[in-house]
Formats: sequence, C-alpha cells, structure tokens
Amino acid sequence: MTARLELKGITKRFPGVLANDRVGFAVQPGEIHALLGENGAGKSTLVKMIYGIMQPDEGQILWNGAPLQVANPKAARKLGIGMVFQHFSLFDALTVLENIALGMDAAIPARALEAKIRAVMTQYGLMLDPSRVVSTLSVGERQRIEIVRALLLNPKLLIMDEPTSVLTPQEVEQLFIVLRKLAAEGCSILYISHKLHEIKALCDTATILRGGKLVDTCDPKVETSRSMAEKMIGGSLKDIKRDGRSLGAPKLVVQGLSLPADGPFGTALRDISFSVRAGEIFGVAGVAGNGQNALLLALSGEEPTARAAVTVNGTQVGHMTARDRRGQGVSSVPEERNGHAAVPVFTLADNAILTARDRLGMVNRGLLDAKAARTYAGEVIEAFSVKATGPGAMAESLSGGNLQKYIMGREILQKPQVLVVSQPTWGVDAGAAAAIHQALVDLAAEGSAIVVISQDLDELLALCDTLAVINGGRLSAPMAVADAKIDEIGLLMGGIHGETAHAV
Amino acid sequence: MDFTIAAIITIVGLTTPILLAGLGELVVEKSGVLNLGVEGLMLVGAISGFGVTVFTFNPWAGVLGAAVGGALASLIFAVLVLQLNSNQVATGLALTIFGTGVSSLIGVNFTGRIVAPFGSIFPDALARDPFWKLFFGYSPIVYFAIIMVFVVGWFLKRTRAGLILRAVGENDLSAHSIGYSVIRVRYMAIAFGGAMAGIGGAYFSLVITPMWAEKMTAGRGWIALALVVFAGWRTGRLLAGAYFFGILMALELYAKAAGFSFLPSQFWAAMPYAMTVVALAIISSRGTAGASAPACLGKPFTPST
Repeated sequence: MTARLELKGITKRFPGVLANDRVGFAVQPGEIHALLGENGAGKSTLVKMIYGIMQPDEGQILWNGAPLQVANPKAARKLGIGMVFQHFSLFDALTVLENIALGMDAAIPARALEAKIRAVMTQYGLMLDPSRVVSTLSVGERQRIEIVRALLLNPKLLIMDEPTSVLTPQEVEQLFIVLRKLAAEGCSILYISHKLHEIKALCDTATILRGGKLVDTCDPKVETSRSMAEKMIGGSLKDIKRDGRSLGAPKLVVQGLSLPADGPFGTALRDISFSVRAGEIFGVAGVAGNGQNALLLALSGEEPTARAAVTVNGTQVGHMTARDRRGQGVSSVPEERNGHAAVPVFTLADNAILTARDRLGMVNRGLLDAKAARTYAGEVIEAFSVKATGPGAMAESLSGGNLQKYIMGREILQKPQVLVVSQPTWGVDAGAAAAIHQALVDLAAEGSAIVVISQDLDELLALCDTLAVINGGRLSAPMAVADAKIDEIGLLMGGIHGETAHAV
Repeated sequence: MDFTIAAIITIVGLTTPILLAGLGELVVEKSGVLNLGVEGLMLVGAISGFGVTVFTFNPWAGVLGAAVGGALASLIFAVLVLQLNSNQVATGLALTIFGTGVSSLIGVNFTGRIVAPFGSIFPDALARDPFWKLFFGYSPIVYFAIIMVFVVGWFLKRTRAGLILRAVGENDLSAHSIGYSVIRVRYMAIAFGGAMAGIGGAYFSLVITPMWAEKMTAGRGWIALALVVFAGWRTGRLLAGAYFFGILMALELYAKAAGFSFLPSQFWAAMPYAMTVVALAIISSRGTAGASAPACLGKPFTPST
C-alpha cells in the first residue's frame, strides 16, 4: 500500500535553531497518526511545511507516492490537505455561515453553502446553527466551525493542532467520534498533542519528536503513558513530591463575591464563595471565558470588590487595591505574561520592582534601590533556573517558559500568604512545568494558601487538594480531588452549554 | 400644508451631505479604519466640485470632480496609516486641517464666482409644482444619496466583497491568515469614503449655495462621524439618524425665522452637536455600541511574519 503522506529527511533551519533535523515518517490512508513532542520540539514547523505555510530546506514530501511541492495553504487545500489550527482564525461578530464562507477558496452562494454545511454536519453528527453569531458560541462549538470548514473540502489528510487543549472531557469524546468516523472513511489524520492518554485512546501510530529530531515511531496502544512521556522529554519523569503537608486554618476566605461584567463579551462573577486553608492548593477548573479573568482580578485587587467579599488572615481586604493587598500578603500571577504579569520592555530587575518593592524594601525615601532589585532578580533567576543573560535582560527577550518561571519565582520568593495564579504552565515545556508545580507545592508546604486557575484539568488533578469548577461566572461546590470524578467535572465545565458568553 | 412641504424640503437638503459623508465613513470604519478627516475631505470635495463646474459648466462633471478630489485627498491619509502605520486619530485630524487649508488656497481664485445651482432635472411641471416638488424638486445628488443607502447596505450584507470588508474590520489578523489582502481592502474603503465625503461637500458648493466660501461645510463632517456611531454602524439606522440630525438643524433656521426670543438662536445651532453627545452617552451606557463597533476599528494592522 502506498502511504498517503510520506516525509523523507525533512530539515528546516531558522537563524540559530535547527527546527527539524532529517525528520521522516509515513501516514497511511485511514490512519490516525499522532505527532508528539514538547513545546519547541518542532511539531508546528513540520506541519506548517506539510500545509504549505513554510518550505523545507532539505528533504522530500511524498503525496500518494509522488514527490510534492506545497507552495501555499491554498495549494494544500486543493490537494485535499485540511488543517484545524490551535488558535482559531474566526470572526467573532460574524455568523457561523459567514465565517465558513470566508474560509472557502471559491465564492459559493450562501444558500448552496448552507445546504452543504448541513449535509456535512448530519453526516458527522456535528451540531451547529449556521446563523448563530460566533461570539455567542462556546470554545468547543467554535472548533466545530473550523472542523466543518476543513471537512467541506473533502480532505484526504486532516491536520489537527492541539485540538483538545480547550475542550471539556465530553467535548473531547465527541471530537474523537468524529475523527474515528473520518478515519474509517479513509481520511488520514495527523494529530498533534502532548496529552498522552488521548493519544493512547485515539491514535494508531505515534511519532515522537524532541529538539527537532525524530526520537521514535511507536504504537501508542502498546506503550505506556510514562514511556512515551520519557521519550518526549528525553529523561525520566519526576513526580511531584507532595507529602508532609498539613492543612491549617482558613487563610483566604471568599464570601459572596460578585463583579459586573467587563464589556459586552466579559463574564460577570456571581456570588462566589470558597475558602482556602493554610497549606492547601485550591484549583479552579473551567473552559476559557467563564469568569476566570474576572476572578483573578477580583482576588488580586485589580478590581476592588465589596469589603467583606475577600478576607485574608481574618482581615477584610475586598475594598483594597492590588498594592494594599500585597501589603496583606496576597500575590498574583495573571494569565497573560507579556503586558500584564510583566512589562516586556523592562529589564527583569525593573519587573521585580513592580511587585516586590514594598515587601522587599526596594524603595528608599521615594527613590528606587536598583541594587536591591538586581540582587533579588538574580536570586529568582538562580532559584528557578531561568535561562536569561542576567537581571539586566529585557523581559521580552526570554522565551515564554523562562519568563513564566521568572514571574512565578518573583512572587513565590516573596513568600506570600496567599498566591493566586492563572494558567501557571500555559505554553511551558514539561521540564519547566514540573519545576513550577514543585515550587507551588513547596510554597504550600510552608503554609501559604494557593489558588490555581487553569483550563488544564490534568494539571489541576495532579496539583490540587481541592477543586471547584467555574462556569458562567458561578463557582461549583468545592470537591476533594482525591474523590473527584472526571465525568462530573466535565459536566460542570459544560454547564449551560453554549450560552456562557452572554448569560446575564 | 405649504409650510410642511417647505420644511421637509429644507430638512432633506440639510440631511443629504451628512448622509453621504456618513455612508462613506461607515464603509471606512467597517473595514477597521477610523478616518477623522471627513470635514477636511468634504471641503476638498466642495472646492473640487465647484472648480470643475466653473471650467466645464457641467455640474455632473463637477460632482465627479468632487468624488475624485475627495478620494485623492483620502489616499494621502491611506498611505500614511496603512503603509507607514501612523496613528489614525492624529492623521485624521491632520487631514481635516490639511483639507481646510488646501481648499482655502485653491478657493482664492474662485471667490466671488457663482455657478448655476445643480437643481432638479425633472420638468418644471413636476419640479416646481407646489405639491409634486416634494418628490421631484431635488438635486440629483439627493436621490443618489438615498439610493446609496440601499446599495451600501446590500453590498455589506449580501455580497462576498462586503463580507470580506467586514471580516477585515473585525479581525485583520485572521483575514490575513486566511489569505485576504487587508491593506488593499482598506485602501479601497478609504478611497470610497473620500469620494462620498467629497460629493457631500459638493452639495454645499453646487446646490445649497452655488458659490465657494471658506469652511462652508461648517462642521458637518464632525456630525457625519458622530452619525456613524449613533447608527451603530448600520445603514438603515444611519438614514434615520441623518434625518434626525437634519430636523435638529432645521429647527435652528425656523427658530431664527420665527423670531423665537425665549432661547437664543445659538441654542438651536448647538442642538445637533449637543444631541450628538447625548446620543453617544446613551448608546455607550447601554453597552451596545461596543458590541457593534468593528473590533479592529482604529488599530494599525501589523501582521507578524
């Protein structure tokens, strides 16, 4: 049998980096083939060359056995190569139908297109109303638009780039049903992910990349998650050491916290209550856009709330600003690294001053103590193995993972009483993620109360003692992670499905 | 009855220029560009239209000249904001100052000259009839403006080109990644906006007072800008809003003529501008303005490669 797609010795260089080094593998018709690797392993570069966004420097792409040059995405689509991107290229204010029409290479009359869309949706059991405006849809529904858009081209090969990172467990199940049906009809699927249990459940073959090189091609049904993970990171996997922690008295108490929505697409917080004890890690799960941002702002003090809504160590701090709350021992790390947690064009030392100046005495009679800032930034770099040229490096010169380690370190080394973090390991490689997780556990062991807001359910289950789900600005009842059920969490995450964005 | 007909004709006349300029600006803003230079473009249109008419004795050529003049002036703005990524607000304001100045400069040669007013093209039996003039007594520009409301509405809603234009204004990066030329779409939108503002300006110099006077558009370009926000970027509401402002402007004239003494005429003159502020405040406090404004409005397009 001729392979649908075969790569031979593909090499791609960027200034200073070898993104792909003689990578070769084959995808058979009807095969679901996983492309596995950490951030920066070269997965994205590789599929961009298959989809025609980039050209390889060396090597050959064979399509049904014949050598192929993919000049651009349009040419790829013409061949029958479809791609669903991790970051959707959708237009919020337009309808589903308009969005799909924009993605078609030829102009099709609206009515004919709608009939085609309905046909594809019935065939694959994808539910979507073509007349809905995208801004009112859930993330899972938005992804369905991209999938329908790709399916309308009758693809022979469908590339899925990290498709499940924003889906609830139930949505993942639905997606897998569609993908299996597609594969059964002979469409090949190239499935990019780093979630090992999904690859075990879905894929026939897995190609593992590390540092741009092919490490192994294996059968994920035979391998264990651990063995694949170790191939992926090229070393043994460290477990989080989490023993020896005892929970103390409540440190952070949130009582009846409400906050109006910020703008027409924001989510209001409604009557949120929970408490976190000393030494406890409290997780907030949920699909993006359900009030996570507002919750972080309300806890950090960027959005002051009712006085009694937030209590730290018995002191009511709800009305206080972020700076005053830092004085009470509250630290926070927002989701957006560049521009929110750190100023990209400031040095690491200057970024340290922004949140640590009061607690660590970096201001003397109104003047900045640059030396103290540099010393502290140096300590953070040292303690968290941040790859940077030193305290004088610009924040924007660091890679995402390194900047995240620096920001986490900047807050953790201040020994906050309460630490609130959002997406602590978003876009961070497994090694750095493990270091960040360990640092959070260690901080909790010293008696701090920690709130982790994350969309990555696996991360929360591995890290937290207690878990609650946020949906439509409301927080579910907390549950102990030890006896939490994935199905139940998934249902809570789905909540009032598809109406989360504009529920008032 | 006679008074009502006269009042309606006055209102239609006052409404037409802001309707034309507002329609043009609506298309520009739908593509994600904020052009605050409408007032300047109207003045450029007023002098180009007048100048061409003086030389050709043909008001149709004059209107065409106004459209071309407005479009050319707007292309200066387009090069600055699209090619050189200059700040749209500052560049738009500069365009207004430029338009005011350049129209005055060219206008020096035309001061004191008059042309035949570009009136109705219907037979006098209809155009001057005390009743039928209500429908047939207007300059062709008036009918053009109303037809354009429907043409623009149809274009934006029903055509693929209109869909692409809205997509560019909603999310320029996505439109770029799908493969549409953001810059080209915006160039065309800006030129269209300039042409429409130019024709709106020509309505002053060819129809209302068939002569040239400095700053004769008297701030109507600013009302056209407010009108687009007031209309929530929708053509139907733009038509209604333009007539609402037309009525307010007519009130000033009638208050003066009727000799209302309990309020100074300046009060009525200020009404359209005050109402602009009130309307904007009401709309934004209801939170609907943010939802209907094109998401990329006023933001420079900087694709990462």
